[in-house]
Amino acid sequence: MDAVFLQFLNGLDKGSAYALIALGLTLIFGTLGVVNFAHGALFMIGAFCAVVMRKILTLESVVLSTTEKTPWGDAKEIRTPYIETWFGDVGTTMIEYSVIFSIFFAIPVMMFIGVVMERGLIKHFYKRPHADQILVTFGLAIVLQEVIKAWFGANPIPQPAPASLTGSVDVGIWLGMTAESLVYPLWRLIYFAFSAIIIACTFAFLQLTTYGMVVRAGMADRETVGLLGIDIDKRFTFMFGLAAVITGLAGVMYTPILSPNYTLGMDFLVLCFVVVVVGGMGSLPGAVVAGFLLGILQSFAAMNEVKAILPGIDQIIIYLVAVIVLMTRPRGLMGRKGVMED
Amino acid sequence: MTKLTSGISRRNIIKTSAVGAGALAMPLVFTGSAGAYTNEPKGSDVTFGFNVPQTGAYADEGADELRAYELAVEHINGEGDGGMMNTMKPLSLKGNGVNGKKVKYVTGDTQTKADAARASAKSMIEKDGAIMISGGSSSGVAIAVQGLCQDAGVIFMAGLTHSNDTTGKDKKANGFRHFFNAYMSAAALAPVLKSAYGDDRNVYHLTADYTWGWTQEKSIVAATEAMGWNTVKTVLTPLTTKDFSSYIAPIIASGADTLVLNHYGGNMINSLTSAVEFGLRGKQVNGKDFQIIVPLYSRLMAQGAGENVKGIYGSTNWHWSLQDEGSQAFVKSFGKKYKRPPSQAAHTTYVQALLYADACERSGTFNPCGVGEALEGHKFDGMGNGPTEYRAADHQCFKDVLVVKGKEKPESDFDLLEVVEVTPRAQVEYAPDHEMFAGGSLGKCNPGA
Repeated sequence: MDAVFLQFLNGLDKGSAYALIALGLTLIFGTLGVVNFAHGALFMIGAFCAVVMRKILTLESVVLSTTEKTPWGDAKEIRTPYIETWFGDVGTTMIEYSVIFSIFFAIPVMMFIGVVMERGLIKHFYKRPHADQILVTFGLAIVLQEVIKAWFGANPIPQPAPASLTGSVDVGIWLGMTAESLVYPLWRLIYFAFSAIIIACTFAFLQLTTYGMVVRAGMADRETVGLLGIDIDKRFTFMFGLAAVITGLAGVMYTPILSPNYTLGMDFLVLCFVVVVVGGMGSLPGAVVAGFLLGILQSFAAMNEVKAILPGIDQIIIYLVAVIVLMTRPRGLMGRKGVMED
Repeated sequence: MTKLTSGISRRNIIKTSAVGAGALAMPLVFTGSAGAYTNEPKGSDVTFGFNVPQTGAYADEGADELRAYELAVEHINGEGDGGMMNTMKPLSLKGNGVNGKKVKYVTGDTQTKADAARASAKSMIEKDGAIMISGGSSSGVAIAVQGLCQDAGVIFMAGLTHSNDTTGKDKKANGFRHFFNAYMSAAALAPVLKSAYGDDRNVYHLTADYTWGWTQEKSIVAATEAMGWNTVKTVLTPLTTKDFSSYIAPIIASGADTLVLNHYGGNMINSLTSAVEFGLRGKQVNGKDFQIIVPLYSRLMAQGAGENVKGIYGSTNWHWSLQDEGSQAFVKSFGKKYKRPPSQAAHTTYVQALLYADACERSGTFNPCGVGEALEGHKFDGMGNGPTEYRAADHQCFKDVLVVKGKEKPESDFDLLEVVEVTPRAQVEYAPDHEMFAGGSLGKCNPGA
C-alpha cells in the first residue's frame, strides 16, 4: 500500500511538469492556433536560465598561486566567487539558492524569448497549414538545441537545490501512517506545490481579469473581438510570452530533479503533445487534467508488480491511453468542438 | 532490326550490365584496393581514422578523445614534448611518424549510434583512405564498428568500450581493446566492497538495457554473490529513461540495503541523482546504512552528477592523479596543451593510437595481419596501468584496475574521484574461455585486399 502511495506522489510530481508544459502549449494553440513544436525548447531554455543564473552568481576572480602548481606545471588558479568576496556568507547563501533566484531571472528572459519567437518567426505562419507550422517550429527547436549545446556542452550540468530544501520528508506521518513508511523528496513536493500555484494563477488571470476575459473572447471569436477595436494580436503576442514564461519556470524548477542538458526539450516534447491531445486540443483544464492523469498512470505502470504482469507497459502506457481516449472521445477528454477539425 | 553477332546478344548485354552495375555499386572496401591490403599507403604519409561521438549525449567524452588523438599524432610525428613516448617500454617509434611516413588523421562522428558509427567509419576507410579506425564511447558502437573493420580489412583500436562482449562473443581478429571490461570492474570492486560494507547485503540492481548493461550486471552479480551478498532484484531500464524516480521508488519497499547502478553517462547521472534525492543514502535498512555503488565511473560522469558522487565506490580504467611516470608524462602533455587533466577516455584513446603506431613500426608494415601479429601477446609498460599485455587469445589488454570513490572534498571540477585501490592485474584476469566471454571466435585476420 505504501508503494502505491509513493507511486501516486511520484505521478503527481511527473504530472506537474507535464501539466505545466502542456498548459503553455495549449495557451499558444488556443490563442494563436499554432502547433508549436519548439515548445519543448522553451522548457530547456528555462532550465538553462537556472544554469546561467548560477554561472552569474559564481563568477570568480582568478588569482595565480605562487606556491601551488597544477599537475602539468602551471601556476594553480585560486578561484573565489565575487559574490562571496563582496557579501561573505550572504553571498554563499545566494549561490546556494541560485535555483530560487533563477525564477526571477527567467520571467523576463522567457517573456522576451517568447515575444521575439512569436513576432520574429511564428506570426509569419499563422495562415499557413499546420504541417508548415510543425516543420518550422521543429526546425527552430533543433536550432535552439544546437545553440545550447554549442554554448554549454553536451554533458548535463547539475543544479543542486538549496541544502535546506533537499532530502526527504516523512509524508506518511502527515497521513497518519507509521513513521518512515512513506518518505518523499522535499524538492519534488515543492515542485508540485509550485506547479499548482502557477496553474492556479494562470486560470485566475484568464478568468478573473479583464485582460484575461478579452483573451478568452479572442480565443472563442477572434474577428468579432477585433471588430470591437481591440488589438487582439498584441494580446495574443503577450499570451505567447506568458506561455513561454510558464514553460520556462517549469524548466527552472525541474533542474534539481533532472540536470539540464541540451536534449531536455526533445525529451518532453512528444510526451506533452500526447498530454495536449488526450486533454483536448485547445482545452486548458484538459491539459492540466491529462498531465496529472498521464503522470500518475505512468508511475503506476512502472511498479514491478504491474510490469511482472505486463512487461514493458511503463514504456507505452501514455500512448495506449491516448489511443483509447481518441477512439472513445475523438476530441480528447475536454476538447471543444471545431478545434483542429478543419 | 540488326541481329547481334559474336555471342553479343541482348540478354548478354543485360547480364553484363547487371554484373557491372553490381560491381560499381559494391563499396570499394569490399573489393579491395590496388595494394596488398586495404588502403596501403603509397605516398609520404599515412591516414589514421578517429571515430568518436562529436554530437549526441557523449559529445564531451568524444571531444576529450579527439584532443588525445591530436596529441598522440603530434607525439608520433615528433612534435611537442613526446608525452608517453618518453616512458613507453619497449618503444620502436622514432618520433618521425610511422615506418617513415608522417601521420595524418581524419575524424568521424559516431553520434553514439551504431549505424552512424559504421557509416562514418566506412566513409573514412573508403573516401579518406584511413589505414585504421579507433575510438568510440559505447560498447554498442564499438562492437558494430569492430565488425565493419573486420570485413573492411583494417585494424580497429577500440576506445571506451566496457562490455564483456567486445572481447568476448563479439571479438574479432582485427579488433583490439585497451580499456578494461565489466568482469574486471566487478573482480576489482568486490573485495573493496566486502571490506567496506561487509558480506551480508541485499542488493537491488538497475541496469541499462543494452549489451554493456547486461554484461555489467551479470559480472557484478556474480562477484557480489560469490562474497555472500544476496541479489534482491534486477531491473532493466530503457536507455532513453531520463527520470528514474519510478524505478527508484520500488527499491524503498524491496528491503534492499544496497543499490547497484549499472548505468553509464547520462543514465548514471540521472539515476544517481534520483536515488540520492529519494534519500536512499541516508536511509537505514536492516540495521545498515543504505549504500549505492556505480561499477563504472568516469570523471565526466562524476562532473554531471555533482555532489551526489561523494563517497560512492566504482571502478575506472585510469585516473589523472596516478603518480607513475607514464601517467604524469601524459597529464603534463595534455594539461599544457588543453589546460585540463585528461579523462580516462582520453587516456585509452591516446594509448591505443601509440600502441597501434608502435606495432606498425615494429612489424615494419601497415598490413593489418602484420600489425595484429605485432600487437598479439605484446607486453609493455610505462603507459599508466603498470605492466600490460595484449592477450593473443582475445585481444584484450590485461593490466591493473583502479577502484575509486567520489571525493568528499574536491578541490576543482576535475578533482572528483580518489583512487582507493590499485587492483593488481592477477586479480582481474580470467581464462579466455570464461563463461562470461564464451561464444564467438577471433577468426582470421583480414587484410582486405
